[in-house]
Amino acid sequence: MNELVVETDGLTKRYGDRLAVDRVSMTVERGEVYGFLGPNGAGKTTTLRMMLGLIRPTAGSARILGQPAGRPDVTARIGALIEGPGFYPYLSGRDNLRTLARYRRLPDTELDRVLELVDLTDRAKDAFKGYSLGMKQRLGVAAAMLGSPDLLVLDEPTNGLDPAGMADMRALVVSLAEAGQTVILSSHILAEVQEICDRVGVISNGRLLRESTVAELRGGATLRLRATPEDAALAIVMRSAGEDGVRRLGDGALEIGLPATAAPRLVKELVGAGVDVHEVTAAERSLEDVFFEMTSTKELVS
Amino acid sequence: MNALINSTSAELLRLRKWSATWVVVGAWMALALAFGYVFNYVAYVSGEENFTSDGGTRAGLLAQMLPPALPDILVQGLPMFGGALAMVIGALAAGNGFGWGTWKTVFTQGPSRLATVGGSLLAVTLIVVAMITATLVLYLGVSSLIAVTEGHEIAMPSLEAVAKAYGTGFLVLEMWAVLGFLVGVIAKGPSIAVGLGLVWALVVENLLRGVGGLISAVETFTHVLPGTAGGSLVGALVGDQSGTPGVVTTIGGEQALITVAAYVLVAVVAAVVLMRRRDLA
Repeated sequence: MNELVVETDGLTKRYGDRLAVDRVSMTVERGEVYGFLGPNGAGKTTTLRMMLGLIRPTAGSARILGQPAGRPDVTARIGALIEGPGFYPYLSGRDNLRTLARYRRLPDTELDRVLELVDLTDRAKDAFKGYSLGMKQRLGVAAAMLGSPDLLVLDEPTNGLDPAGMADMRALVVSLAEAGQTVILSSHILAEVQEICDRVGVISNGRLLRESTVAELRGGATLRLRATPEDAALAIVMRSAGEDGVRRLGDGALEIGLPATAAPRLVKELVGAGVDVHEVTAAERSLEDVFFEMTSTKELVS
Repeated sequence: MNALINSTSAELLRLRKWSATWVVVGAWMALALAFGYVFNYVAYVSGEENFTSDGGTRAGLLAQMLPPALPDILVQGLPMFGGALAMVIGALAAGNGFGWGTWKTVFTQGPSRLATVGGSLLAVTLIVVAMITATLVLYLGVSSLIAVTEGHEIAMPSLEAVAKAYGTGFLVLEMWAVLGFLVGVIAKGPSIAVGLGLVWALVVENLLRGVGGLISAVETFTHVLPGTAGGSLVGALVGDQSGTPGVVTTIGGEQALITVAAYVLVAVVAAVVLMRRRDLA
C-alpha cells in the first residue's frame, strides 16, 4: 500500500560556502498530502527544485516514483508550481496552457479540464498579465495538473494571497487530495499545514529536523494546572502522570501529560489532599509551539 | 525527434501570438520597403539623386528597382538593419523566459532541455525563414508593380540568382538571430542582450574596422567578427560599390560563408549546452 512517491537520500546542495540543503532524507507516500514546513530560506524550494531536476544536487540523490529525479519521463509525471507562477504575460490563460500542453501533445479537452478544476474557465480568454495574484497562482496549479500527474508539488501556493485567495487555494488543495492526489505542499504558514496535511517534514537551515504525522508532532492533549501549595500538588500529580509526565511551566503552572478526561479525578485527588485548585485547562499544543521548540533546539531525525 | 517537433510547435504558438515578434518583423518590412524601393522611387520620380544611386543616371536608378535587380536589393539591407532586428528576435525569445519564469515552467512539464531549447531555436529559425520569404514576396510584388507602372515588361531574375540571394539572406539573418539567442541565454534577460548586441552589431564592429585600418592586429581580428562575415557574404554577391552600410568585401565569399556557418553552429551548440548544464534558480 504505502508506495513511496518521493524518496530522497542525503540530498545536499551547496552554493559556495553556504549549505542550502544539508543531507535531507525524506519520503512521501502515495495519496498523502505532505507538508514541507520551514521558515523562509530554510531550503524548501531548493529541495523541491532538485526533485524536479531544475538544479543538480551537490551530493545525495532523489528518486521519484522509483526512478532518478530529473529525467524527462519522471518530471513529466510531476506537476509543479515552484516559486510563483511563470507564464507568458501577453498570452491568455488558455493560450498559456495550450503552449504548455503542446510540449506533451495533450488534447484541448485537457485544457478545459484543468481550467475547470481551478475555476478559471470564465477568465481563460483574458491575458495573463491582467490576472490577480490569486488567479495567477490558480493558473499555476492548472498548469501543474496538466496530464494528471502522479505527484503535485506546490511551493508556497498561498504566498502573497489575500485571506479569500488563501482559503480558495486551501480548498483547492483539499479537494485535489480528496480525489486521491499525492501532494507536496511547502509552506511557512503553520496553521495551513496543520489544517490540510497528513504528514509533515520540518526543515530549518537546510536540515530536515523531523518527519512525522501532524498529530504525532503536536503530541497528545495536555492538562494545565495551577494549584497551591505547588509542591504538594506536584507530588499528587506525579502519582497519576508519572515523574516524566509533568513539566513545570515558568508561571507557576504545571503541564501534565494526561488527556482532558482525567481532569475530574485529578481535581478530586488534589482537593482531597487539601490542595487549593485555582485553574485547570485542557491545552493542545499547536504546530506552531512544536515548530518553535524544534527550530530552536535543532532536534535531528535519527 | 517527436519531442523536438512538439517543443517547436509550442514555441511557435507563443512567438506567433506575441506582438513583439510582429513589431520587429513589421519594422524590418517597413525599413526594407523604404530603403529598398520607396526612397529610390521618390528620387526617380522627382528627378533628384538618391544616396543609394551613387551618382548614376535616372535609368540606372530605375534599373535597380526592376525585378532583375531584386536579388541584390534583397540582401543589401540585411547585414545592418536585418541582422540587428533578427538579433532582437533571438534575444527576446531566449531572454524573457528567465524573468517570466517560463523556462522553469516548461522544464517542469517534462520535456528534455535539449528538446526544449532546440525547439525554441528552431522556432526562431522558422521566423527568420518567414522574414526573408516575406521580404522576397514583397520585393517581387513591388518591383513588378514598378515595372508595370513605368511601362517596362516584367523580366524575372534568374532562379539561381534569387536562390543564392535567398540563401545568403537567410544565413546572415540566422547568424544574428542565434547569436542574439545565445546572448539572451548568457545574460538571462533580454535587455542587456538586446542593448549590448545592438551596440556591438551597429557600432563597435564598424569602429573596429576603422581602427583596423591603422593597426594590423585589429584588422586581422575584425576579419573573424560576425558583422564582417555577414557583410562580406552579402558583399560577395553584390560588390561593395553599392555603398550600403554594413556591406563590405573585407574577406572573400567562401571564407565569409564558412565564418557565418561557424557562428551559427557555435551559437546553437553553446546555447543548448549552457541551458542543459545550468541550474535554473
